[in-house]
Amino acid sequence: MTAAATRTPLLQLSGITKRYPGCLANDSVDLTVMPGEIHALLGENGAGKSTLVKTIYGVVQADAGEIRWRGEPITIASPNAARRLGIGMVFQHFSLFEGLTVLDNVALGLPGRSANRALAKEILEISRNYGLPLDPQREVHTLSVGERQRIEIVRCLLQDPQLLIMDEPTSVLTPQEVGELFRTLRTLSAEGRAILYISHKLQEIRDLCETATILRMGRVVANCDPRRETTSSLAQMMLGGELAPPGVAGDPSTAPPVLTIRGLSLASADRFGIDLEDIALDIRPGEVLGVAGVAGNGQIELLRALSGETVSDRPDAILFQGEPIGHLGPRARRARGLAVVPEERLGHAAVPAMSLVENALLTGYGPKRLLSAGMIRTGETRRYAESIVADFDVRTAGVGAAASSLSGGNLQKFVVGREILQEPKVLIASQPTWGVDAGAAGAIRRALRALAGRGTAVVVISQDLDELMEISDRIAVINVGRLSEPRPTRSVTVEEIGLLMGGVHGADAAPELVEAAQ
Amino acid sequence: MDVVVQIIVTTILASTPLILAATGELVVERSGVLNLGVEGMMLIGAVCAFVVTMETGSGTLGVFAGMIGGVVISLVFAVLTLVTLANQVATGLALTIFGIGCSALIGVNHVGRAYSGLPKLDIPGISDIPVLGPILFRHDPLVYVGVAMVAAVWWFLYRTKAGLVLRAVGESHDAAHAIGYPVVAIRFAAVAFGGAMSGLAGAHLSLAYTPMWQEQMSAGRGWIALALVVFATWRPWRVLLGAYVFGAMRMLELHGQSALSLNIPSQLFTMLPYVATIVVLVIISRDAMRVRASAPACLGQPFHPRG
Repeated sequence: MTAAATRTPLLQLSGITKRYPGCLANDSVDLTVMPGEIHALLGENGAGKSTLVKTIYGVVQADAGEIRWRGEPITIASPNAARRLGIGMVFQHFSLFEGLTVLDNVALGLPGRSANRALAKEILEISRNYGLPLDPQREVHTLSVGERQRIEIVRCLLQDPQLLIMDEPTSVLTPQEVGELFRTLRTLSAEGRAILYISHKLQEIRDLCETATILRMGRVVANCDPRRETTSSLAQMMLGGELAPPGVAGDPSTAPPVLTIRGLSLASADRFGIDLEDIALDIRPGEVLGVAGVAGNGQIELLRALSGETVSDRPDAILFQGEPIGHLGPRARRARGLAVVPEERLGHAAVPAMSLVENALLTGYGPKRLLSAGMIRTGETRRYAESIVADFDVRTAGVGAAASSLSGGNLQKFVVGREILQEPKVLIASQPTWGVDAGAAGAIRRALRALAGRGTAVVVISQDLDELMEISDRIAVINVGRLSEPRPTRSVTVEEIGLLMGGVHGADAAPELVEAAQ
Repeated sequence: MDVVVQIIVTTILASTPLILAATGELVVERSGVLNLGVEGMMLIGAVCAFVVTMETGSGTLGVFAGMIGGVVISLVFAVLTLVTLANQVATGLALTIFGIGCSALIGVNHVGRAYSGLPKLDIPGISDIPVLGPILFRHDPLVYVGVAMVAAVWWFLYRTKAGLVLRAVGESHDAAHAIGYPVVAIRFAAVAFGGAMSGLAGAHLSLAYTPMWQEQMSAGRGWIALALVVFATWRPWRVLLGAYVFGAMRMLELHGQSALSLNIPSQLFTMLPYVATIVVLVIISRDAMRVRASAPACLGQPFHPRG
């Protein structure tokens, strides 16, 4: 890599500026990527990473600035043009077709290729060479998230790209899968392919990347070698300030459980869903219980079973302060003090087209007494929405703004804040910081811990293991609809959780496997 | 024996408009668009075909006129739903109502006029084979076009890249857009194809099945075609099967009442084709999960490109 300075950069952006109504997404951004380099693009949500990447991939046209590819000035008019140049992209949300096979999906991403035997053979070849096992004939909906990501990577590699853009590739993978992905990426880099790696996971960037460009508020604030930085120095550059210290996981609570779940089994109504099998759990006041697991292992079904969107035919499968509530729907459960923050912000947690005031009313009308003889107490409701916005630092034009107008992170702060201010007895939150920038994520985690400190039982279902290790008192793992025995966070290691997430259950785990991981 | 041959021949004839319209609608729905205006497009096709044939004397020109009429009216639908993002269900219903009125207006001076019908295939020797000849080799050209189109659509959807792209657009328009496929253009083409096929179905009605023009002569066949697509779980060969079952039951109804002379209320016989078609198609697609999984995931959803 010492010769890098004298070689022609593969990709050079200078002065890239993109303005959207009301915000400057990129403000004369410069970025240089050398061949064979693993280059991190780091920044909070809304820092302009995705706009910049979309510009490189031809999805968005910059208002000003120049793009040079191998030294030549060019314009990238469309993703097709980008791919012809040799730029491939693996999206955070995969652009895959659930009902079609792996082979069909790959063919769709390759101009001029049909879903035939020759292509299937090439897929197998690439998957062997780069350690990306994949069966071309499987339908996508039967695959795990990690396997889906491999389809995207294989699809890119079939076009022999010189630059591979990876948008938060590890947010959905188990620790073991992350290790495999990194091996693949290093192989690609050794072949001289450059990788632009977008992430907000600082440790990963330090492990993997040679160069980092840090964006804040649409501007480049630093270029550095992440291997020479610490996680906190990277975070400071990214945030422009100090990170507040994380909440410290405490001792497991010994109070009598507020919510007791025994033998909860539910068949999923969705063909692609997961059946819950014999879930057993005690949730105690004042504790934060983390539920880890790779996406698609029954988290959605578990949340629905707890919220009452799916009811059990056995009322005593769920006891709330001793009262059987397994047969009760969401309204009855909320009335007893069981609040829920679902994963999907728009459409599940909030009604996109309704204002923040109206969205505040939708779950807060009972606990906050926002109704009077069936009429909405508009003043009270407005004050409640305003207090959420103020307490949780929700950036919005006002409480009259539609929920869909907020950025993902701000809406998340709003929906979490809405439930927390109702002071529920039990709060169940799924992916409370998914896609939220580091500053806001820290604020949400502190708020959840503080709520537990006031005696609420908090359940956090998350794929972010670092987050769960940070805020949970006890941690359990969900795998194919089965929940492991919760264990005190202090006495469990990330490797053990990783094995449970990968399907090795505590009881059946070969001891040598666990030891090998440690 | 003659009665059986007669039933089979008329079954094939009666099924053809359904096959044509349903095959077209199948392609439209596979691209993710729900066009409920099949009935209206068929009527427009029927009247255009009949009027042009009567004015020019050429059945061939009439057939093409029917297709063009179907395409033109389907493009109105495409502009409203794909460009201005109007609701597809409401627009499709409006298209049918518009088609009924517009076709009545176009055909007002042609009601009651008779046409000799499209020429039948006549291969000396082969067409005269007993039983097989009348069943297979003595139909109008559109009957063969219908079967050929089912095969062609199957081949296109499952054996070509373009067909894969069309299915992909119906499966997830956002993903297709992200890869760089022109979602709106592909849907325009699919809707226009559906319009042409519905127009062809109408042309068969007014030029071959009952060679005349009458207001609302499609008599609900457009709706049957729509139902066939759903019950056939969006698969071309099943559409063909469903259409034949429906046609056969329709003919049994006509022949059966006189031949059997049973003391059964005629309304029960009239219900028979509908009941039988539903029963057969429900049996072949009894796995409800399968049906849901084979439905194009984006069916009826408006697409706004985001970038």
